[in-house]
Amino acid sequence: MKSGWVNFRRNGLVSYAAILVTTITLSVVTALFLFQAVLNAAILEVQNKVDIAIYFSVSAQEEQILELQSDLQALPEVASVEYSSADEQVLAFRDRHTDDYLTLQALDELGDNPFGGNLRIMAKDSTQYEAIARVLEGDSDIARENATIIERINYSQNKVVIDRLNSLIHNAERTGLIISIILAVISIVIMYTTIRLTIYMAREEISIMRLVGASSSYVRAPFVVEGMLYGAFAWLLTQVLFVFITYFLGSRLVGILGLNLFDYYTSHLFTVGGAVLLVGVFLGIVSSLLAVRRYLNV
Amino acid sequence: MTMINFVNASKVYPNGAVALENVNLEIEKGEFVTIVGPSGAGKTTLNKLLLREEEPTEGTVLLENADINAFNSDQTTALRRRIGIVFQEFRLLSNKTAYENIAFAMEAAGKSDEEIVSDVPHVLQLVDLQDRMFHFPSQLSGGEKQRLAIARAIINQPEVLIADEPTGNLDARNTAEVIHILQKINDLGTTVVLTTHDPELIKAVGNRIITVERGRIVGDERKRTHKV
Repeated sequence: MKSGWVNFRRNGLVSYAAILVTTITLSVVTALFLFQAVLNAAILEVQNKVDIAIYFSVSAQEEQILELQSDLQALPEVASVEYSSADEQVLAFRDRHTDDYLTLQALDELGDNPFGGNLRIMAKDSTQYEAIARVLEGDSDIARENATIIERINYSQNKVVIDRLNSLIHNAERTGLIISIILAVISIVIMYTTIRLTIYMAREEISIMRLVGASSSYVRAPFVVEGMLYGAFAWLLTQVLFVFITYFLGSRLVGILGLNLFDYYTSHLFTVGGAVLLVGVFLGIVSSLLAVRRYLNV
Repeated sequence: MTMINFVNASKVYPNGAVALENVNLEIEKGEFVTIVGPSGAGKTTLNKLLLREEEPTEGTVLLENADINAFNSDQTTALRRRIGIVFQEFRLLSNKTAYENIAFAMEAAGKSDEEIVSDVPHVLQLVDLQDRMFHFPSQLSGGEKQRLAIARAIINQPEVLIADEPTGNLDARNTAEVIHILQKINDLGTTVVLTTHDPELIKAVGNRIITVERGRIVGDERKRTHKV
């Protein structure tokens, strides 16, 4: 350990270069974590806007609607079912048309509330809306029991949107994964090459150590420690860098990204930071081991 | 007792260059052997074969009757701890101080920290480098570097000390100092193999002179005494 630390300190510029390149690699890894978080937030945001709405006739009793709500909530695909009563519907309508005097006047002239209640069903996964719709529109008990009170179900109208959403999500996740893998591989190759260069510069020293009677493991150990130190210091630099970057961008991009990067980063410092540290140290160790191996056959 | 034995040893490099051809050479325990010859004669190749830095194309190299080319990695490591080597170009570890260069050899041999702390200053004193303990090789003169290399070579009390043209880069005064140290080491029982192409040095040292030319041993002469 001590020898590795001493070599690390005395290698000066070479160590700085290795740390810098490793920092770039770990920055790419950290950026990929954040990208994944942004993607998940975007997907969730869009998913929240998609639902199945059941509109009931004006004559539907609230007890019947609430019973249907309970039946639907019991379905395994359903995440939540929100009930909005006829009175709440008319209030919402008035709210939306606050400045539309003519429409409000027409509503007043109707006298009775023309709206029925509705239920908004959120699925656990956007791919499950089809299954829920089949329960409501098909030959199930739920469909038969509630056929008289249901005026319309808007799933079919939104089906195209939902299908496109599912396709978009699938493609975004797959594309994101492919890009992540490519960038990670490129970064790792660059990092490995840099560490290999630092060890190439020490090849004469390695052969001298072997010739004076040092075993392979004894020669290897300080270089492995150096690799770990490159990873650890690069991790530290990366953490500081991203705290500043996410702080600067956090509130500025929250409207576009759907989440505050700084809040996300700091609240996940242990998990994301821990994962990046492991990646950095692991890559440093493996790169050193592979690079030293070439020069041990003396 | 035979310490080192080359039996029909030959070394031919892939490009066809013949470095050694059918060499038969026995060196007894405690001998001081000077191997002489012009540059390219094969002197350094003999040393490389003994240290197993290279392997013979034909023949065998024996250390106390053990074929060193049959050694595995651990045995090769152990072999190198029994042989101290001093190179013409010093080959010190540039990022370690004089103290650390010697301590490294002891650490590699598995010596304890107590032994290192005790022995390293002592051997530095033997080669008159006690005031240069924490200097890096770049801060030492040629003679000091070679004395440091000798100190590293002898710190683990090797049975054999190979000095491969150790005075090649030194002036006359430093040459004399180095040879004197080698002779003292030999007097203590270590087998010394010195290679040189310096004719003046040949006259002055070694009780046995082996002449190598174009990869073959062409002379093997014993002298009664040595002096510098």
